[in-house]
Amino acid sequence: MLTIENLQVEVDGKPILRGLNLELPAGQVHAIMGPNGSGKSTLAHVLAGKPGYTVTGGSVTFNGRDLLALSPEERAGEGVFLAFQYPVEIPGVNNVYMLKAALNGIRKHRGLGEINAVEFLAMVKAKTASLGLKESLLNRPVNQGFSGGEKKRNEVFQMSVLEPTLAVLDETDSGLDIDALRIVAEGVNQLRDPKRSFLVVTHYQRLLDYIVPDVVHVLAQGQIIKSGTRELALELEARGYDWLLQAVA
Amino acid sequence: MSAPNTDVQAFIGQKYEAGFVTDIEQEHLPPGLSEDTVRFISGKKGEPEWLLEWRLKAFRRWKEMKEPEWAHVHYPKIDYQSISYWAAPKSKTDGPQSLADVDPKLIETYNKLGIPLEEQKMLAGVAVDVVFDSVSVHTTFKEKLADAGVIFCSFSEAVREHPELVRRYLGTVVPQHDNYFAALNSAVFSDGSFVYIPKNTRSPMELSTYFRMNAMNTGQFERTLIVADAGSYVSYLEGCTAPQRDENQLHAAVVELVVLDDAEIKYSTVQNWYPGDEEGRGGIYNFVTKRGDCRGRNSKISWTQVETGSAITWKYPSCVLKGENSVGEFYSVALTHNRQQADTGTKMIHLGRNTRSTIVSKGISAGRGQNAYRGLVRIAKSAEGARNYTQCDSLLIGDQCGAHTFPYVEVKNSSAKLEHEASTSKISEDQLFYLRSRGIGQEDAVNLIVNGFCRQVFKELPMEFAVEAQKLLSVSLEGAVG
Repeated sequence: MLTIENLQVEVDGKPILRGLNLELPAGQVHAIMGPNGSGKSTLAHVLAGKPGYTVTGGSVTFNGRDLLALSPEERAGEGVFLAFQYPVEIPGVNNVYMLKAALNGIRKHRGLGEINAVEFLAMVKAKTASLGLKESLLNRPVNQGFSGGEKKRNEVFQMSVLEPTLAVLDETDSGLDIDALRIVAEGVNQLRDPKRSFLVVTHYQRLLDYIVPDVVHVLAQGQIIKSGTRELALELEARGYDWLLQAVA
Repeated sequence: MSAPNTDVQAFIGQKYEAGFVTDIEQEHLPPGLSEDTVRFISGKKGEPEWLLEWRLKAFRRWKEMKEPEWAHVHYPKIDYQSISYWAAPKSKTDGPQSLADVDPKLIETYNKLGIPLEEQKMLAGVAVDVVFDSVSVHTTFKEKLADAGVIFCSFSEAVREHPELVRRYLGTVVPQHDNYFAALNSAVFSDGSFVYIPKNTRSPMELSTYFRMNAMNTGQFERTLIVADAGSYVSYLEGCTAPQRDENQLHAAVVELVVLDDAEIKYSTVQNWYPGDEEGRGGIYNFVTKRGDCRGRNSKISWTQVETGSAITWKYPSCVLKGENSVGEFYSVALTHNRQQADTGTKMIHLGRNTRSTIVSKGISAGRGQNAYRGLVRIAKSAEGARNYTQCDSLLIGDQCGAHTFPYVEVKNSSAKLEHEASTSKISEDQLFYLRSRGIGQEDAVNLIVNGFCRQVFKELPMEFAVEAQKLLSVSLEGAVG
C-alpha cells in the first residue's frame, strides 16, 4: 500500500530525512519511534504534504501513485489522513460543517457527487455514538476551546468520518493523561480494518500498549535504523536509544 | 511563524460579476455644480419651493465647507465640477406607472443582478425599490404594503404624496451641514427610498432597495429616510452594484432613521460597488452618512453591513440613543483587497438613561487592502447606567495589507459600563494545511476560515442576504491565496 524508498527531505536547507525506507502493507499498524529531532514528525508531515519541506530525493508510492506529486487535498482524496500532534483551531467554523466540506472535497476527487445532507447528519451522529462522543461536539467550532484530550478525540472522530486507507498518527499520545490515552486508542482500534493501514508516530511505548503494532521501526538521524516486533518497543523503553545509536555509529 | 508565507502571499485579481454596462438611452446633465444644477434637479422632480430652498441652503453651506481629511484613506482630489449630478434612463412618460412602462433593458439589468422586478419571481416577502443612477425605477409589492398602512416609495414620490412626513423628518437626524458629503447630498440628492411604518405595525415583509450606478461620470446621491412610528417594526435591506469603469465614481448617500417609542428598525446592507482593478484603477468612492435616531423609549436600531465593494469606503452607521432604554447595534464585515481602502465603523451616542449598545466589527484585509475600524462610544452626562460592548477583530490575508483600529471613548457619567475587545489575526499556514489535509481545496479552505471569522455578523443578516453575503465574500476572495 505505502512504499517509501530512500526518502530525503530538507527544511531550510538542513537535511532531516536522509534516505528513509519503509514498506507498509494494507491492514497493518506500524509504529515509528525515535529520539527527539530524529525526523518523526517530518515524516508524518511530508506524507500529508505540508508546505515548507523540500524533498531532495527518493520516492513515496501510495497504491501505485506518486504521492509526493499530489497536493494535500488530493492526498486526502486518495485516502491519506493525518491526525495532528497539535490540532489547529478554526474559530467560527462548526466541526460538522468543516467535515461536510472535507467529505465532499474527497468525494469530488473520487468523481462522486455531494453527499445528501440528511444522510450525512445521520452518519456523523452514528459515528459520535460509536466513539462515545457527545453530539454537541458537532456544533462546536473546530478545536476552539477544546482540551488537549478533546482535540485528540476530535482527530479520531474526523478520521472515522473520512474513512482513510492510510492514517498517520503524529504523536497522538502527547499531552494526554492515561484515561484520555485509552479513549483515543480505543477509537483508533475500532477503525482498524484489513483495508486500512496505520503509521503511528510516538515517543513512548505506552501508546503501543493500547494500539498494538505489527511492526516497530526506530527512526534516528533521518533513517530507519532498526525494525522489529512489539518487543523492540519494550526494549527501547527499558534501555533507551543510546545503545542502538552506538551500534549504528 | 518561521516558514515563509508562500501560500498566503499570492493575492491576485477578483472577478466582479456585476460589472456589466446597460446600454440604455439616458438623460444626462452635463458635468458641473452650481445653484443652477440644484435648481435643475429640483425642477426636474417638480419639487415644492420649501425643498428647493432646503437644497439651496445646503449647497451654500457646502461651498463653505472643507472635504474631511482625517480618514485613513488616500485618493486624488475630487473635482466636483467634473461630475454629472443627474442621469436618468429616458422614459416616454414622466415616470414608470407600472411594470409595463419600465424599459425592458432595465429589467434585464436587474435580472442579471439577480433581482427580478416581476413580483412573481421575487423572493417571497421582499418588496424592492430599485434606484438606477438617479431615479427610482419601480417599487414592488406596493399594494400589499399599502393595505398594512406601510408607505414604501421613492423619495420623489414621497415628496409629492406625503410632503408633511418628509418635511417633518428630513434632515432631523443628519442635518444638512453635518459633514461635507452630507451637505453635498442634501443639495443634489436625486432620489432614494422613503419608508413610513405606522403605529403598532409590523411591516408584512422585508423591504429592500437595490442601487445601481450605470452612467459614466455620474455621482449617485440618494437619500433614504425611514420612520418607524411607536410600536412598529421593519427590516430593511439595501444592496448596491455598479459597472466596471476605469474612472472613479462618487457615491455620497445619506440615510436617516427615526425610531419612536418601542419601535425597531433593522437595517442590513450588502455593498458590492465596483472596487477597482488590481492596480487600483477605477472603483466607487463610497462616502456615505448613515445615522439612526432612537428618539423613543425602548426603541432599537440595528445596523448590519457587509462591505466588499468600493475603491474607498468612508462610512459610519451610527445610533443616537436618546430614548430611555434604547438600544443600538452595529454588526459589520468589511473586506478590502487589491488596492481597496476602507475607513468604517460606527458612533454610539448615549444620551438617555439605561441605553445599551453593541458593536461587532470584523475587518478582513487582503492583497494591498487597507482596513480601518473607527468607532466612537460617547456616554453623555445624562446617560445614567449606559452600557457598551465593543468587539473589533481584524483578519489579515497575506503580508502586504493593513488593519488599523481607532476606538474613541468619551464617558461623562461614571455609572457607565464599557467593554472593549480587539484582536488581529492572520489566516495561518497551519489552518490552511489543516483543512487541506482533510480534503478541502485551498480556496474553499480560505472561504471556510473567512466565513467562520464573519459568523457573528452573518447570523444577524436575514437568511437570503446571509447567503448572498457569503457568496460575495468568496467571489471577492477568488484567487486570494495562490
